[in-house]
Amino acid sequence: MEISNLPISPSHRGKLLSAGYSTLASLSSISPKQLAEGPSTGASLLSHTAARTAWDMLTDEQTTRHITTFSGELDAILGGGIHCNEITEVGGAPGIGKTQLGIQLAVNVQIPVEYGGVGGKAIYIDTEGSFMVERAHQIAEACIRNTLDRSILHRKDLHGIEAKMQPNNFLSNILYFRVCSCTEQIAVINYLDKFLEEHENVKIVVVDSITFHFRQDFEDFAHRTRLLSGISLKLMRLAKRFGLAVVLLNQVTTKFIDGSFQLTLALGDSWSHACTNRVVLYWNGNERRAHVDKSPSLPPASAAFCVASEGIRDALPHYKRPRMA
Amino acid sequence: MANKLISQIGLPKSIANIFAARSILTAKDALSLTEFELMALLDIDLDQVKSAVSHISAIICPPPQTALSLMEERMQNEFSSGHFPTLLKGLDDALCGGIPFGSLTELVGPAGIGKTQFCLKLSCLAALPACFGGLDGRVVYIDTESKFSSQRMIEIGINSFPQILQANGVLKEMAGRIEVMRPSSLSEFMESLQKIRLPLIRHEIKLLIVDSIAALFSGENNKGIRGRQQHSLGWPLSYLKSVAELSRTPIIVTNQVRGQSHNESIQYPFQGPRTDPIKNSEVLESHLVPALGIQWAHSVTIRLIFEGHSDHQRFLKVAKSPLSPPVVFPFTVDSSGIRLLSDDGVVVMGPDINLIRSHGLVNVTSQ
Repeated sequence: MEISNLPISPSHRGKLLSAGYSTLASLSSISPKQLAEGPSTGASLLSHTAARTAWDMLTDEQTTRHITTFSGELDAILGGGIHCNEITEVGGAPGIGKTQLGIQLAVNVQIPVEYGGVGGKAIYIDTEGSFMVERAHQIAEACIRNTLDRSILHRKDLHGIEAKMQPNNFLSNILYFRVCSCTEQIAVINYLDKFLEEHENVKIVVVDSITFHFRQDFEDFAHRTRLLSGISLKLMRLAKRFGLAVVLLNQVTTKFIDGSFQLTLALGDSWSHACTNRVVLYWNGNERRAHVDKSPSLPPASAAFCVASEGIRDALPHYKRPRMA
Repeated sequence: MANKLISQIGLPKSIANIFAARSILTAKDALSLTEFELMALLDIDLDQVKSAVSHISAIICPPPQTALSLMEERMQNEFSSGHFPTLLKGLDDALCGGIPFGSLTELVGPAGIGKTQFCLKLSCLAALPACFGGLDGRVVYIDTESKFSSQRMIEIGINSFPQILQANGVLKEMAGRIEVMRPSSLSEFMESLQKIRLPLIRHEIKLLIVDSIAALFSGENNKGIRGRQQHSLGWPLSYLKSVAELSRTPIIVTNQVRGQSHNESIQYPFQGPRTDPIKNSEVLESHLVPALGIQWAHSVTIRLIFEGHSDHQRFLKVAKSPLSPPVVFPFTVDSSGIRLLSDDGVVVMGPDINLIRSHGLVNVTSQ
């Protein structure tokens, strides 16, 4: 590795280069004391990250938790639900149900482990003011009813846990940040590292939406792209370090493709590479559908769902099974 | 918050001096650069950059709250838990109490359908004292198309609340609380907003109405240059939203409609080619869409569509709302403003809730 590519300050780099060290290999045989007598640099240059084998990662991947969306078909095309340790981007036109899905996931993440859920807390970063507490209360009530009804079927004896299953309790586990500018959005994401050390057991971070502040007053798109990729890297690190799911809600815009205007998710082509999984919510006639547009482990597929007063649920019975695109 | 000075954040002296030496004076300047850019600019190690950035972020980051404490705070401190009742029962039920505080509610529909009537009624309601069920505060009505009529507003007030005629001076007090501003350009509009920002945050102004916002943008640029319109929309829109959020005031904005062009994109690339083209051309001719485009549509929290059908019936549609399914109410315009003909909304499935029919109105002007 070249010295010029190392993450050290320019003056240190300059000193090393002027002393004649141009690659990492040339430094590895020298002790820190010898280096210090020459140019003054720290011995921290010599750290390198360890690699892991695919076999080790397989066990990790198989035990990854999923957060259900309460729509069986949607869960099926997502491979069981929203994956922890990954970033999932969900985009769609206004009114399709992105915020509804975000709130549903912030509630569903709290389903206790004894009922088959993840049993974690949620962080909801609201950049547009679309989070309505009354709606979250409605969805939490319906989620609890749904979960308790299902457990009666399995005849589980869980009296101790039932006390926790109150809508107000669920609301107290949703940590809400209201962000009013681009700078605040960057600041929250930077701060999450420390925040998550202090608040344990957060299993999902929902950003609603990642787009809003980045769509206004950015004349320099290259700058915007750099900031966005910085954000996505930090979120990825958080997802891996704390084992949580990150869900980013995105808006749509029109783009001229193949001779006509078509809908596409906002923030540009570079951003489309940033997320692990990409799901697009769209209308097909009178039904709402979700399409897995990009994923390293899931095939492209779409499924129908609906937004009911209880939250996200399966579409009405007469719609067909998910079809492979 | 973004403009907080680095010098006031409490970084170690040496680091703060380095930031100042390179003209990075506010938190916004610091956080707009990536960590590598900062490292190269300031000539300090990555570790020091990371700890400085994390310190700045911790200070700038808005304080978190649990959803529960948010709800309890609103129930205790705000009128009707953060909703402005419109006294149209069906609509209030659908919106969990009324027009929500702190977000943008859009009224869109063809000309002459009743948007301004609704705005006048809401102005009355907000200005009335609490004993009559009002918000008891000042109202700012930003009238960009010179449609505000005091006479009509007072007529609406008297017909909706006959008891105010009995009480002395209430009518004068009510009318005295409603301020009408008439900016003639986008920049004048922004100036007016900046003037009322502080009274809004201090809760002296309880309602802000912008009638209409589309008029400010349609004069500013040509139809063909869509890119420019999106850009000029950005700053006023985010300012309006941030003022709404900070002051927890309901803000009502009216929008115009325009005809659909054949280029109107509706599909994603993965959906494949459009089927049934014949049906589409019929739909295009008879339906209108809200002006200002998709970026605006994303930014409003609640969208109420007013439309008329060929049999002179008028409908109020709750097209976009995080609180309720899409419902449609029949309404009529009478001496007391707007009145719902039925409080039971009809739930509408599908994306057609977003289309606006243009039948039934002689003086429809679409762009």
